[in-house]
Amino acid sequence: MSDILETGGEQLLAALRHVLEGKGIATTDEIQERMAVTDAANPGQGARMVAKAWVDPAYRRAMLQDGAAAAEAIGIPMRGMPPLGVLENTPETHHLVVCTLCSCYPRAVLGYPPFWFKSAAYRARAVRDPRGLLAEFGTLIAPDRKLRVIDSTADYRWMVLPMRPAGTEGSSESELASLVREGDMIGVTVPAMRALQGEKR
Amino acid sequence: MTDLASDDPRRAMHDMGGVMKFMCEPVDVEAHALTAFDREVDALRQILGMKKVMGVDELRRGIEAIPEADYLRLGYYQRWIRSITDNLLRKGVVSEAELRAALEQAK
Amino acid sequence: MSEALAAGSRIKVRDDWPEARGPCHIRTPHYLRGRNGVVLRRLGSFPNPEDLAFALPAAVLPLYHVAFRRADIWPDVTTDDELLVEIYQHWLEPA
Repeated sequence: MSDILETGGEQLLAALRHVLEGKGIATTDEIQERMAVTDAANPGQGARMVAKAWVDPAYRRAMLQDGAAAAEAIGIPMRGMPPLGVLENTPETHHLVVCTLCSCYPRAVLGYPPFWFKSAAYRARAVRDPRGLLAEFGTLIAPDRKLRVIDSTADYRWMVLPMRPAGTEGSSESELASLVREGDMIGVTVPAMRALQGEKR
Repeated sequence: MTDLASDDPRRAMHDMGGVMKFMCEPVDVEAHALTAFDREVDALRQILGMKKVMGVDELRRGIEAIPEADYLRLGYYQRWIRSITDNLLRKGVVSEAELRAALEQAK
Repeated sequence: MSEALAAGSRIKVRDDWPEARGPCHIRTPHYLRGRNGVVLRRLGSFPNPEDLAFALPAAVLPLYHVAFRRADIWPDVTTDDELLVEIYQHWLEPA
């Protein structure tokens, strides 16, 4: 059996799809539909949750209590998805999410995990050298601020609720959402005023 | 930063937290777009999960069984399709003869 | 450990290495084996992935969010930084 597993991935996929289609286990239509559903999940979803939490204290409390329910409350499909936990950054504590064993990622609200999240360097260094790792993303955490690294190993998925950037007091909820990037909700970066200032993301 | 505990020889190779040989490796922070292959493998895995043919824990066990040299060489979804194939063969969902015939036909 | 753990319980992660004994699938990272931590809260109960990975019937186990001081794991760490990790009850014993 082992030599067949050495076959190139593209050929294995084509052959498996052919056999599974014949057995009615995974048809082309089903795969197309799944791809469309999966592609629809993206960091804009998580960003909407973050922006709402910044302007609506009741929503923020609900989100910290049960991320999945809070996602569903604003129309993000969570059926069949793992529970979602939300960790809030504060002036005292910054959170960083990693999965050292594989690549567990809050896909329902952020979409596919990015390349760096799946890399050996990220997985190894996030727990051992988190501040050095963050510096590579351009993020500096003050030495007296606590860093909490979440190793996402099991049945929950975790996202970070970043702090609202200074200078956004007059911003609308949708403007706020446009400030929040993928990495801000994993904790490798922090949102800033850049988008509103017209700076390139 | 010498610390034997973080490089315990008993650890499995995918269990990468704190492993010293990656400490000096910079993180590639650039975005890499997924290919059609990547997205199809991802979708296939989801369908197999939803139909209870094969679960995500089985996917992971299969990935973790890949020899280290191959694990580090293969792309993310290349590992997935290898594990999916391994699992479907083991479970008898697909026979080796069926798979070989399909591979042959595609040549 | 079979009794439910309250928030604040001091625990030790079992210093066990199933991967040295044969094929397995475990969710307890190597760097936590034998380390002391504090239960932050219970996250509910889930079927044991160690069995699901082999398509075996899986017992439903309590899952906890456990906090560790990074300095307790790696002595050169000089900050107050923490690790938060999900760990199933059968990996925890009293500290």
